[in-house]
Amino acid sequence: MKRYLPSFLSFLILTVLVELLVRQGVVSESLLPSPSAVFKTLGEFHEEFRQAFFETLLNVLAGLGLSIVLGSLVAFVFSLSDLMKKAILPFAIFFQTVPIIAIAPLLVIYFGFGSPTVIASSFIVSVFPIIANTLMGLENTSESQKDLFLLYQASRLQTLLKLKIPQAYSHIYSGIKVSAGLAIIGAIAGEFVGGGGLGAMIDSARTQQRVDIVFGALLLLSFMGLAFIATLALVNKTILSRRPFASLS
Amino acid sequence: MKEALGIRIQNLSKSFPKRDVIQGLNLNIEPGSFVSIVGPSGCGKSTLLRLIAGLESPTQGELHLSSQAPASFSFVFQEPNLLAWRTVYENVALPFELIESLRQVSEDEKRTRIMDCLRKVKLAESSSLFPHELSGGMKMRVSLARALVSSPRLLLMDEPFAALDENTRFEMQNQLHQLWQSERMTILFVTHSLFESTYLSERILMLKGEGAKLALDYKVELPLERTEDLRTSEVLNRIVRLLSERLRE
Repeated sequence: MKRYLPSFLSFLILTVLVELLVRQGVVSESLLPSPSAVFKTLGEFHEEFRQAFFETLLNVLAGLGLSIVLGSLVAFVFSLSDLMKKAILPFAIFFQTVPIIAIAPLLVIYFGFGSPTVIASSFIVSVFPIIANTLMGLENTSESQKDLFLLYQASRLQTLLKLKIPQAYSHIYSGIKVSAGLAIIGAIAGEFVGGGGLGAMIDSARTQQRVDIVFGALLLLSFMGLAFIATLALVNKTILSRRPFASLS
Repeated sequence: MKEALGIRIQNLSKSFPKRDVIQGLNLNIEPGSFVSIVGPSGCGKSTLLRLIAGLESPTQGELHLSSQAPASFSFVFQEPNLLAWRTVYENVALPFELIESLRQVSEDEKRTRIMDCLRKVKLAESSSLFPHELSGGMKMRVSLARALVSSPRLLLMDEPFAALDENTRFEMQNQLHQLWQSERMTILFVTHSLFESTYLSERILMLKGEGAKLALDYKVELPLERTEDLRTSEVLNRIVRLLSERLRE
C-alpha cells in the first residue's frame, strides 16, 4: 500500500486545489467543474452512469478479448510462415497508421449503430500492439535454444509451443497491457459514432455543455483503465509465482 | 548397453560467405574414446562440432556417424541453455517430449531415467527448482543430465565449462570423466584450455590456421583414473608445455 501513497496524496492535493480554485471563482465552473460537483452529478445520474459504464466495459472486454485471441493467432501464424508475414504484416501496419476516428464512420455503415461497431473499433485500435509485441517476443528466441530444439528434431509447432511462446511471455504481457488502454480509447471513439456507453454520454453532454457529466464519465473511464492495469498486474504476478517465464535461465 | 558411436570424416570442407572455415579435413574418431579438440579462437573447432551434430551442412566432403538417430548423440552447449519456466526435472525431461523415438517411453521408465541422470550429476534433491534458483555449476550439471537422459552413444561438448569458476570447473571435469568411464560413450570435447584437454582426454586434436588444418593428433598417456594430484603433476605439465609450444609455432 505504501508505494501507492505518493500518487494518492498528489491526487488528493490536486482535487482540493481544483475545488478551491473553482469555489474562489479563479477558474470558471463552465470550463472546469469542481470535484464536489462532479461527484454530485455522479450520484444524481448514478443509474445512467452505471448502465453506460457496464455497456462500455462489455464492449471493451469484447474488443480486447478479440484482439488477444486473433492478434496472438496472427503472430503465431506469422512466426510459422515467413511468407504469410511478408504478405499480411504491411496491411496490419497500414491499419495502425490510419486514425480510428477516420475509420469509425465506415464501421457504422458496415455494422450499424450499437455494440458491433464499438467492438470493431476497440478491436482495430488494440490489435496491433498485440501482434507486434507477440511477434517480437517470438522472434527473440536465442539461437542456441533454437539449435537445441533442432538437435531434438522438434517440429515447428513443437518449437512454437514449447519454446517460442513461453519465451515470448513478457512481450505478450506488455502487448496486452498497452492494448488494454487502447481498447478503451477505441471503444469510446466507436461509441461517439455508433452510440451507447460512456462515449455517447460524453458526446451528448458536449452538446449540452455539461462539463460535469463529461468529467464524471472521464473519471469512470480512468477507473476502468486502472482496474484493467491492476487486474493484469495481479494475473501476471500469479502466473509468474507459478512459472518464472520472465526470469533468465 | 548400446555401442558407442564412431565418427569418420573424409575431405570435409565448410565455407561461409567470407571465409573457408574448414578445408579438406580427414579424421577418424574411435567409438568409446574421449577426444578433445583444441586450437585458437575462430579455428573451426565449434564449426566442426556443429557439422557433426547436423546443425551445419558441409560444403563438401563426407561425415559418417555409426548412427544418425537423434537420440544416439547429445550436444552440450557453452551456455546451459535451460528453459527458465521449467523445473530442473522438466528441463531434463525435454528430450522425451521432442525426440520421436523417446516419446513412446512409459512414464515410469521416463521418471526412473530422469532421476538416475539427476543422481549422476548430484542434483536429485534439486529436481523441483527452477533455473534461476541454481548456481552456474548446477545449471551446467542440469544441461549435462539433459544430454545424458537419452543414453547417447556420442556426446558433443562445446566449451561447456568455459564460464564456470575454477573450483566448479574442476568438480565438473571429474564428474564428466567418471561418467565417461562408467558409460563408455564417445566424447568429443571442444575447449580452449590445454590443461582441461590433457586432464580429461585420451586424444587431443589441435586445429590451427586457415581452413582448420590438423596441426597435431596427440595420444595422451596418463593413468585412466584422474585424481586431483594429476593436475599439478610433472607428466601433465610436460604434455601441456608441448601442446602450448605447438600452438605457438
